[in-house]
Amino acid sequence: MEVCGTHTVAIRRSGVHSLLPDNILLVSGPGCPVCVTPTSYIDNALNLLETGAAAIVSFGDMLKVPGSDGRNLAGYMGSGRVRIVYSPAELIPIARDSTEAVVFLAIGFETTVPTVAAAFLQARRAGIENLFLYTAFKMVPPALRALLASPDRNLDGFLLPGHVSVIIGEQPYIFLEEPGGVPGVITGFEPLDLLQGILSVLKQVIRGERRVENAYTRAVRPEGNPKAREIMEQLLEPADALWRGFGRIPASGLVLGHDHRAADAGLHFSLPPLYNAEPPGCLCAQVLQGRVLPTECALFGKRCTPESPVGPCMVSSEGTCAASFRYGDAEP
Amino acid sequence: MSISARITLEHGSGGALSRQLTEELIYPLLGNDAYPELADATAFEIDGRSFITTDTYVVDPPFFPGGDIGTLGIFGTCNDLAVCGARPRFLTMGLILEEGFPTADLRRVLESVREAAEQVGVRVISGDTKVVPSGKGGGIFLNTTGVGEALGDHLLSVNNIREGDSVLISGPVGSHGLAILANREGLKIGADLRSDCAPLFPLCEALYALGGSLRFMRDATRGGVAAVLNETVAGNRTCGMEIQETAFPISGIVAAASDLLGLNPLEIANEGVMIAVTAAEAASEALSLLRTFEIGREACQVGEVSSRNPGRVILETAVGGRRILDLPRGLLLPRIC
Repeated sequence: MEVCGTHTVAIRRSGVHSLLPDNILLVSGPGCPVCVTPTSYIDNALNLLETGAAAIVSFGDMLKVPGSDGRNLAGYMGSGRVRIVYSPAELIPIARDSTEAVVFLAIGFETTVPTVAAAFLQARRAGIENLFLYTAFKMVPPALRALLASPDRNLDGFLLPGHVSVIIGEQPYIFLEEPGGVPGVITGFEPLDLLQGILSVLKQVIRGERRVENAYTRAVRPEGNPKAREIMEQLLEPADALWRGFGRIPASGLVLGHDHRAADAGLHFSLPPLYNAEPPGCLCAQVLQGRVLPTECALFGKRCTPESPVGPCMVSSEGTCAASFRYGDAEP
Repeated sequence: MSISARITLEHGSGGALSRQLTEELIYPLLGNDAYPELADATAFEIDGRSFITTDTYVVDPPFFPGGDIGTLGIFGTCNDLAVCGARPRFLTMGLILEEGFPTADLRRVLESVREAAEQVGVRVISGDTKVVPSGKGGGIFLNTTGVGEALGDHLLSVNNIREGDSVLISGPVGSHGLAILANREGLKIGADLRSDCAPLFPLCEALYALGGSLRFMRDATRGGVAAVLNETVAGNRTCGMEIQETAFPISGIVAAASDLLGLNPLEIANEGVMIAVTAAEAASEALSLLRTFEIGREACQVGEVSSRNPGRVILETAVGGRRILDLPRGLLLPRIC
């Protein structure tokens, strides 16, 4: 399983999946942050907007994900109260120039979290008080634990996410080496990186090993990036989190720590707790766990396309279904 | 009284200033014996089958390395005629100017229009100018409608393509869209990045001489090569395409810049590149013909028509993998032409 959405896209775009023999199947994991965010999160964000409680700022993909009644945040793009940012640093001028409360839809894995944390802390130092974070951050290693713990798991190894590993390093994956674990190889994104990662997993499988290996040493240091983690820790602390497709995973999320809790949009605006509910017929939940291939979903390519998506895996550019739709699934 | 330094709403009023703009700026640059006087409509004669096409240009910024909105407005419309097997003959031009647009810039655009029209051998024989209030338009927009005469009886069409046909490209891809993007966003990518904006008629005329072996031609503008290839086989129940990623000529600067920006050169707009589908046995002659032109020097075969995946374009990637080459999705680069 490639855990990371960027891997999924890189594999499809380079056609690496089509080069593999029939007995090697790459399945995509829960590594697209938009995809693992529950629908009820979108509902709450829509609610903030529609009650006039706050303006919304988000990364682009999130806006197109349908809420539980099919509406999305993109429908409010013309209102001037929904903004897309490419970098969290843009939050500072946006909040400063806004006369209302500004809520950032803070989703992402360990790759994204440090930049959001740095921007938020900088905004605080600049005296900006109207910026709130609606946190739905996720951490990769707890999700891998959940996948391993699943009774009917069908995985022989992980291609571990390259960008996430740049931040967290090798150590957080060490549990993969314990009994019940599987090989895990930190892998880069170029075609040769991908092939090397796959080869390393296969070698371990053949030898009956389960080790954490780093096949992306030109970017990932064993210790990761302690400075980035320090910034995360200044602002955030681990908490249980609800994953679309998985349910609640212990200590897999990051929420604002005690000193900054006043900026937690969920608390400040008394948003209802998140729950998981899937649109009828949508198999995104199973796709995220690698149990179902996108093409096995009856909606795939029919009622659900990138132009008119039903589930998040078809919305995000890193979504498994979007990648399958765009680049084809098997040897064409 | 000379024309003011900036365009005013009155220049589009139909009154004295409109007339001054036409008589003192537009007519001296574009007037010709086809319309010796300023009339409401101009007569023209074309023998036999004719083609007509229209295109509107909203490129931002209007001036860019390798051309401007005037060059684009002529070459773009003439290329649409040329790839259909027509010799461009006459054009009309509608200008939409934003109040405050510098008159000197308008003169520059019109000079480009004249130069480009002379290069293609086409005449601008009718026109119109409107002015919109400041803030309501992007400086300058223009529309050109072109009329061309058929080069012969052979009609080029996607319906002509057959299994085994060769897919050719006339030159290196990706430079127009990237040049616009780099210029607009102030990206310091390199001075070598220039739009490929150029007339394709000479190349099309040369290939048309191949007769029935030439199946179809299309200039690869918005959506780039990926869009054109998909449109060529879309809905086709017997033919698809097999394309080789590494066969495409791509300049070093385009490869580096698109890699940096996360763009696929095959999805980036061109303004002087076309795809041609020919019978397999005519491919090498077609390539020889294309290569006699400066912009066709790097022409090459990039794939073939196949019955394996009807209606689809399959890309063989650099590492030998295979995947679908889909239509570009999402807004890649707005306002590039």
